Amino acid sequence: MQASDRFNINSQLEHLQAKYVGTGHADLNRFEWAVNIQRDSYASYVGHYPILAYFAIAENESIGRERYNFMQKMLLPCGLPPEREDD
Amino acid sequence: MDPEIAKTQEERRKMEQQLASMTSLTFDTDLYGGNDRDAYVTSIPVNEDEDNLDSLMDNEVARKLASYTAPKSLLKEMPRGSDENDDVSGFKKPQRIIDREDDYRKRRLNRVISPERHDAFAAGEKTPDPSVRTYADVMREEALKREKEETLKLIAKKKKQQEEDEAASDKPLPADSSAAAAPKRRNRWDQSQDDGGAGAGAAKKAKTASTSDWDLPDTTPGRWDATPTPGRLGDATPSASVGRRNRWDETPTPGRVVDSDATPAAGGVTPGATPAGMTWDATPKLAGLATPTPKKQRSRWDETPATMGSATPMAGATPAAVTPGVTPVGGLDLATPTPGAINLRGAITPEQYNLLRWEKDIEDRNRPLTDEELDAMFPQEGYKILDPPASYVPIRTPARKLLATPTPMGTPLYAIPEENRGQQFDVPKEAPGGLPFMKPEDYQYFGALLNEEEEEKMTSDELKERKIMKLLLKVKNGTPPQRKTALRQLTDKAREFGAGPLFNRILPLLMQPTLEDQERHLLVKVIDRVLYKLDELVRPYVHKILVVIEPLLIDEDYYARVEGREIISNLSKAAGLATMIAAMRPDIDNIDEYVRNTTARAFSVVASALGIPALLPFLKAVCQSKKSWQARHTGIKIVQQIAILIGCAVLPHLRSLVEIIEHGLLDENQKVRTITALSLAALAEAAAPYGIESFDSVLKPLWKGIRSHRGKVLAAFLKAIGFIIPLMDALYASYYTKEVMVILIREFQSPDEEMKKIVLKVVKQCVSTEGVEADYIRSDILPEFFRNFWVRRMALDRRNYRQLVDTTVEIANKTGVADIVGRIVEDLKDESEPYRRMVMETIEKVVTNLGASDIDARLEELLIDGILYAFQEQTSDDANVMLNGFGAVVNALGQRVKPYLPQICGTIKWRLNNKSAKVRQQAADLISRIAVVMKQCQEEQLMGHLGVVLYEYLGEEYPEVLGSILGALKAIVNVIGMTKMTPPIKDLLPRLTPILKNRHEKVQENCIDLVGRIADRGAEFVPAREWMRICFELLEMLKAHKKGIRRATVNTFGYIAKAIGPQDVLATLLNNLKVQERQNRVCTTVAIAIVAETCSPFTVLPALMNEYRVPELNVQNGVLKSLSFLFEYIGEMGKDYIYAVTPLLEDALMDRDLVHRQTAASAVKHMALGVAGLGCEDALVHLLNYVWPNIFETSPHVINAVMEAIEGMRVALGAAIVLNYCLQGLFHPARKVREVYWKIYNSLYIGAQDALVAAYPTLEDEQNNVYSRPELMMFV
Repeated sequence: MQASDRFNINSQLEHLQAKYVGTGHADLNRFEWAVNIQRDSYASYVGHYPILAYFAIAENESIGRERYNFMQKMLLPCGLPPEREDD
Repeated sequence: MDPEIAKTQEERRKMEQQLASMTSLTFDTDLYGGNDRDAYVTSIPVNEDEDNLDSLMDNEVARKLASYTAPKSLLKEMPRGSDENDDVSGFKKPQRIIDREDDYRKRRLNRVISPERHDAFAAGEKTPDPSVRTYADVMREEALKREKEETLKLIAKKKKQQEEDEAASDKPLPADSSAAAAPKRRNRWDQSQDDGGAGAGAAKKAKTASTSDWDLPDTTPGRWDATPTPGRLGDATPSASVGRRNRWDETPTPGRVVDSDATPAAGGVTPGATPAGMTWDATPKLAGLATPTPKKQRSRWDETPATMGSATPMAGATPAAVTPGVTPVGGLDLATPTPGAINLRGAITPEQYNLLRWEKDIEDRNRPLTDEELDAMFPQEGYKILDPPASYVPIRTPARKLLATPTPMGTPLYAIPEENRGQQFDVPKEAPGGLPFMKPEDYQYFGALLNEEEEEKMTSDELKERKIMKLLLKVKNGTPPQRKTALRQLTDKAREFGAGPLFNRILPLLMQPTLEDQERHLLVKVIDRVLYKLDELVRPYVHKILVVIEPLLIDEDYYARVEGREIISNLSKAAGLATMIAAMRPDIDNIDEYVRNTTARAFSVVASALGIPALLPFLKAVCQSKKSWQARHTGIKIVQQIAILIGCAVLPHLRSLVEIIEHGLLDENQKVRTITALSLAALAEAAAPYGIESFDSVLKPLWKGIRSHRGKVLAAFLKAIGFIIPLMDALYASYYTKEVMVILIREFQSPDEEMKKIVLKVVKQCVSTEGVEADYIRSDILPEFFRNFWVRRMALDRRNYRQLVDTTVEIANKTGVADIVGRIVEDLKDESEPYRRMVMETIEKVVTNLGASDIDARLEELLIDGILYAFQEQTSDDANVMLNGFGAVVNALGQRVKPYLPQICGTIKWRLNNKSAKVRQQAADLISRIAVVMKQCQEEQLMGHLGVVLYEYLGEEYPEVLGSILGALKAIVNVIGMTKMTPPIKDLLPRLTPILKNRHEKVQENCIDLVGRIADRGAEFVPAREWMRICFELLEMLKAHKKGIRRATVNTFGYIAKAIGPQDVLATLLNNLKVQERQNRVCTTVAIAIVAETCSPFTVLPALMNEYRVPELNVQNGVLKSLSFLFEYIGEMGKDYIYAVTPLLEDALMDRDLVHRQTAASAVKHMALGVAGLGCEDALVHLLNYVWPNIFETSPHVINAVMEAIEGMRVALGAAIVLNYCLQGLFHPARKVREVYWKIYNSLYIGAQDALVAAYPTLEDEQNNVYSRPELMMFV
């Protein structure tokens, strides 16, 4: 840890990660970041009613169904994690 | 007096007269008033006798208060304002814990760090090794101890009986009867034996911090509990084991003879042999520590100087004093007096160490002169050397001999002393290997670190121990960086070191008698960290740890208590409930009350850590223990402590907790009944205002109890009821209050202080309850209440005083102002000042709460009259009670004060002229309190007059008074305005300018406030030149320590600039940027920013930016800082100036100097935040391009400023743009780069998570994984 980190929010990276799930770190790989992005996106769709309504019209589904689908997709948004090649 | 002095004084007087006749004015009469200068002291006393001052004060007080007397201890105890802040430095001096502990708390040193115990979890099914201590062993030991105690008690009782019988048969004298009465008096745990009179005892009691002593089961006949556990006796730290000495004889130093009044043959004393010492509560130690005879208190003056030389030549005495309990044959222990050797000898207190060292020094200097030395001193001729007479024997005190010759068992053979190269001469040995300095008392723990030679020969275990010791020493005595690394190493390697070696090293350190607060804090921190790492490995050591940590729970220091709780809570989480219970169960019915008390507190912490439900079955079992009342007592006390500790969180478990303890109300043991009632009180207090239904079952026994009990038990029962009543609904509350009030009123007369306090508390509780009617209070409670409590004596004890005032105020809330004030208003003229003060404080609070509309004309007259009397008659008032009271009443009465104002002002004027500074100050303070009301009463003329009077007193020399006078002037100016002010502002301000030079904080603050006020409202009355002069004075004021003064100063710059235009002020300020002092520069930059804000930035910016061209670091940074503040203050007005300053900031952001970039970055931040959404994105993106390369800075302030600038950009430009800057580095091959970029990404993410969704890059799918976001492609 650098001396400068003592003063800012990154001083306790572990704590930060625990508190804010989507935050990243230097060893984050493509898959993990993508999962965060996807989940954030779905959360955002579900959270903004007009967007949800828009998607509902586009897909010809009810808004509730759309919401349900998005929530379900948040479980494994990008499929199973790839095998780690390094170990 | 010396005739010579008299002559010079005479001459000087003549000269002064001549001088006076020459000038038109006689010295400073115009400033100081016509003071008689003869009254001044013209000569300084030769010997500064500070005691004199004290006695003078006392004399004065005594003269004025001839009417009442009280012991001095009580007078000193009188309620005053806090005067603890007399420490100039503001830092607490390192303080030894033991110095502030009372006898009860010192009992922690009696406890033994028990050997580790069997860990049933780790062992599994195995039968425990017989060598390990299991739970059963511990319980058996405890039982044995208890039995022993009982037996001893019995023996002592018998002896006592015998003695009494003998005494009775001998001669039944009155003196004897008093002696016989003595044992009946119970000994309070916190009352030290040698404390002298009851007054001092009471004072001491008042000091014991957290709870009243009722909450502690103190009634145990004190000293029986204090028997040191057998293990203690071998230990030879006498300061630790002897609880009851005062600090002067704390450690029996080697040189000191045993107290003159103690039995001289120390070794031979057995407790039985000195029957005088065998009074019940006067045997501190049964097993024969040195002197069981009660000691009379010794003053420091008759202390024997602790040299060996002056010691009585009795061989046995000295060594016995060093190690009580050791047979005094041959000074074996003292064989080699070299400090090095002694240090390693084991238990030696620092006092002993210092004494030895000092003594060695004296010995050296006083050694007999040798023949050679004598030859050198005397001339060769004219002297003759005589033979000593045959009978001459050189005098050597045996004590000195003992020290000087290492003769074990007294064999007087000479042995060639071995040369010891490691010997230290006065200087403590330098600790090897960069270890921190060792204090003398540390040698016994860390001494082994000093001999390095053997390190190669050590086993790995020993090496490990050594490593632990080194780290601990660094933690304890090292510099902060050393401490930090050592702490980290200890934590990291905790499991490697193992629990045993760690705790065996740490815990004894915590028992060290000379420990200081800071050291304890550090060691406790070590334990905390280590605990976390060791987890279940701590199990065998739980009790050990508890022994040293439990005392923290009753420490005076709040933070120590919190720390203690934290450790115990962590410990219980690491070890688990079963282990905790197994470790603490034996202590629950320990014979020592101290142990039980701390154990109960520790249990409450365990309960709060692991949840109350987990502990309930155990508590239930303990509270119903048939074996000993101690167990029941402790169990119930645990419930009390739980309630106190976790407050309203008891509510879910309230019913079960009450059920667990309710049977205690009917217990056969009085102490159990008392603690039960107190626990119920604590539960009710914690649960308030809910949970009455849980207490249903105890109401009846409580009710019966208050009718049948007396004394302490009754007090406890009353307390319980007092806390339960507020939970009831109005109807019941009123009924029960009426019922309990009969008994309360009966107890009003109780002489017992504790009872009084509880009664007052209960009355307060009952009265504040909803259902209790004012009429009832008026008719039934008030008469008795005032008759019994509103007496002078109540004002003398601080706690009574407080409680009485609170209760009366509470009553007033129900009955209204008139009833209460009417009853006590006459007492404002009482002859006892503390009593008047109590009356005044009550009136103040009542009137502030409820206003004065109830007060009729007659009462009003009485009130003003009384207040004036009390105000004038006060002799000492540090807490400003009288002043506040006066202010509160006058403000409450408002316009009704008008008729009395002339009289009040007369008093004020009279007192402004008083000789005593304090009186003058109060008079001036009073003006500032009543100025608003005077305005309401349209007494502007009077105020003008007061203004003139105050103006005349501006020559005041006492800064405190001068400050108050300025404050009063400020109050008057505030209410009557600049135009109507007399003296006119144009006269007043020039008089204030020199006062600005005054360095006293209070003067500065009030003066700058007044000047600022004038600059703000009435600047036009004063010529610009005067304002400029003031500007220069103000620059000096920027150095002030107090923030308020600096802030006022900076604001004043703004007002002045507004009044006379910014140019001149700005020139002054810009010049001031060149000064060296940082604080001054910082304040100047703030002032510049404020000037810019008040006079519009365009008047200031050109000059300011021009100043940036000065090739000087400080100036340029000052300019940047001003810009930063400027943009912070002007906010969105910045959009007009952003393009103007951008080139300057560009330059600064590319400067080589870090501070340039840092300050420019913070300017950018404020700018960005100010103009967010105002269409300045182009400039901001441009600036961001200059800020961005600084993200790799490592200096903390710089990187912080840069990060904040980027955050500001996020707000102004939107998260998407910053994300685009970020993306380039998130997956950079260099880890260092990635780290920085992720850091930025994280703060971006936290700040604007949702906004990022639209801006994330498109990721391509891989074979199994879908990374794309098809939803975003949808289009209707």
